[in-house]
Order: sequence, then structure tokens, then C-alpha cells
Amino acid sequence: MALDKPYKDIPGTTIFDAEQSRLGYHLNQFCMSLMKAENRARFKTDERAYLDEWPMSEEQKQAVLARDLNWCIRLGGNIYFLAKIGATDGKSFQQMAGSMTGMSEEEYRDMMISGGRSIEGNRRVGEDGTAQAHRQPQGRAGRKEGA
Amino acid sequence: MARITASVYSSHVPAIGAALDLGKSGEPYWQKVFAGYEFSKQWLRDNTPDVIFLVYNDHANAFSLEMIPTFAIGCAAEFEPADEGWGPRPVPVVKGHPELAAHIAQSVIQDDFDLTIVNRMPVDHGLTVPLSLMCGQVAAWPCPVIPFAVNVVQYPVPSGRRCYNLGRAIRKAVASFDAPLKVQVWGTGGMSHQLQGPRAGLINREWDKAFLDRLIADPEGLSQLPHIDYVREAGSEGIELVMWLIARGAMGDATGPGTPSVAHRFYHVPASNTAVGHLILENT
Repeated sequence: MALDKPYKDIPGTTIFDAEQSRLGYHLNQFCMSLMKAENRARFKTDERAYLDEWPMSEEQKQAVLARDLNWCIRLGGNIYFLAKIGATDGKSFQQMAGSMTGMSEEEYRDMMISGGRSIEGNRRVGEDGTAQAHRQPQGRAGRKEGA
Repeated sequence: MARITASVYSSHVPAIGAALDLGKSGEPYWQKVFAGYEFSKQWLRDNTPDVIFLVYNDHANAFSLEMIPTFAIGCAAEFEPADEGWGPRPVPVVKGHPELAAHIAQSVIQDDFDLTIVNRMPVDHGLTVPLSLMCGQVAAWPCPVIPFAVNVVQYPVPSGRRCYNLGRAIRKAVASFDAPLKVQVWGTGGMSHQLQGPRAGLINREWDKAFLDRLIADPEGLSQLPHIDYVREAGSEGIELVMWLIARGAMGDATGPGTPSVAHRFYHVPASNTAVGHLILENT
């Protein structure tokens, strides 16, 4: 019998459940290793060589090298673990969260100051809110593509 | 006998800690957050308990994917602030209360809640930011703290119902501790926020406010809310709010010493990616 996963219909959202956790085990444990200063230094010196010490998939390594957090999450990454890469790069949590929307840092910060992203249209896949797949990327990046 | 005198609820946004630690608390952006805690700092000075039982979650710092305890009770004599990747926060070491912690573990496990007993556990912003908000920048925390870590990172996390009942079991455990201690139970995390994916930045003011109303007046009904409602309405990280039900369950209700009174309530958007909610409830 299938497991109950009612959260699959929420737009722009990946729930880190046991299945994602299994997929992302080595990716997330690599991230944990960046909590040590000497590992951060080694990673920064040669990212590829450092990643090759971990039994991650090639695609996971590419996603990390690209700093594409949405891609990392699809491959089993969890944001609290991925935040260790951001810390290594000197990024704040707001910069990391914003990077997943396509918005510039300033656009994302302004959205938060004016009350955050609205829930309207963003509850279920198929509605028309800003987090829906057909409205990516957001911000100026999205407008340029549409122009 | 020990008794629970009050509960405190607060978001635990890491950027709040960074603002304090980097001397940015006077900036207008942060003043709007800290202003909501001015009352609370004085209240805590006037109502310092003997022990704080602090419910929070670890954010991939003490616990990696090697081990994921659903409920972990810190029974050690002290707990170091964690290095989360930016260096440890410059805050005091947390002193525990091993006697009360061990007593609660014994009682609550016998009540069918399978706690993990932890004797070595660095504590991250989930625990230290609420302490900073309530105490300010101090050389030592005002009393011992029992850290109680809840898994809200990997799904499935415990249900609101289970958290609420766990709170009741903690209330019972405290009441059977044979020393006249005043204990506060704090619930932290939330309110609405999402840190991942194209939906990052989600805030749901109306839902948050209704949550606060129900937490005060109808915690039993609120505890029935399924996970999916938190995730859909308050964002993937809004699920942290189940931890508030542990603190609320430890307080008075229709079956216990009566509905607590509201000493303070505050709500503000944003702190970084997050809606900040804060409540202080006192048992009558």
C-alpha cells in the first residue's frame, strides 16, 4: 500500500521525508563536514577533489559546484545541511533562500520587508501564485525571459 | 513539589542572533523585532524561574543524518553553543539541571513517550536565540536550562496531537519532582516561513494570528491540526510550530489548573525570511 504523502501537491516545495533523506544521505553528510574550519579550507582550495572523497552521485557533485540549491534539494539535499555550503561561501540564510526563487538579493529582501510571499495562489499546484512552475524564475530574471 | 509557573513562545530565527552578536540590534530593521521583547526581558527579570525547560529543534548541528531522534532530552550538566558553520555564537555556556532532567525522562518514558537521553549535545540557534531575546546580552544565563530537541527537519515529524500530549506528560513529571522549583516551559520556532524552493519567503499573517488565538484558548482543538495544514499554510519550515504545543500542553487547560492568562503577545514580519511570533502565558 502506498504511503500517505499529501504534501506532493504544494508548489515550489520539496518535503524532506525519509525517501529524500535516503537519496541525499551522502550529499547532506558532505555538507556537515563543512562545519570544520579545516574542511572548509580544503573544500575551497579544490572543490572537485574534496567532493570526490564522498560517495555522492556525479549529478549531486555538479549541483553543489553550480551552487544550484533547487537542484541539490531535488537530489535529496536539505536546506539546513545545504546552509553549510552557504556558510562556507559567506552567504546569509536570506541570500540562500532568495537564490532559489530567481529573484535578485534586493528583490527578495524587498518582498520580505513588504510582508513576504503571499499564500494566495500558492497553496496547491495548478493555481496562479508566484511560486507556481509556470511563473519561474521570479523577479526581473523572469520578466526578461518573457519580454 | 515543583510546578510550572509560565510558558514562553518565540521564533528562533538565526539572523536575530547574528544581529545581536554583530552589534546591529539598534538598526531600524531589527529594532522592530527587539521592541517586541522589551516587556519580556523585564518580565523574565521579575519572574526568573529556577529552571527553564526549553523545547527547540536542532538544525543539522548536534544531529546529522547519522542519528535523528524524534524527542531528545538533554540531561548533562552543561551544553556548549554549537559552531553552525559561521563560528559558535558568543553566548554563555548553557548550564543544565541533570536531576530534574533525569526525573522528567524517567516519568515521561514511563508514560509511553520514547525520549532519547542525550548527555553530549552542542546547542544551536534554536535554543540560544530565544534565550538572547528574553535575557539580552548577559555574562551568564539567569538559571539552568534543560534542552529538549524535537525533530522537525526530517519528515514525518511528530504530530501536533502527540506534542500536546507530551506536554501534558511533562506537566505531570514536573509536578512529581520533590523540590519546590519554579519551572518555565518554552516552545520555540516558527511562525510561518519557508526557506526552500520557489515558494521561499512565504508568510501567512492571518494563519499565524489564528494559531496564536487558538494556542491560547483552544489548544486541544489546535492540536488536531494535521501536518499538511502547517506545511501548506505556514510554509515547509512553519511545521516548527508543533513544538509550541509541547509548551502549551505543559500549561493549564480545561483538565488542569485552568486556562492561563496572557502576559504578553507580539507579532512582526519579517526577521530575515520569517514571521516572528511571541507569547507569554502565566498559570493562574
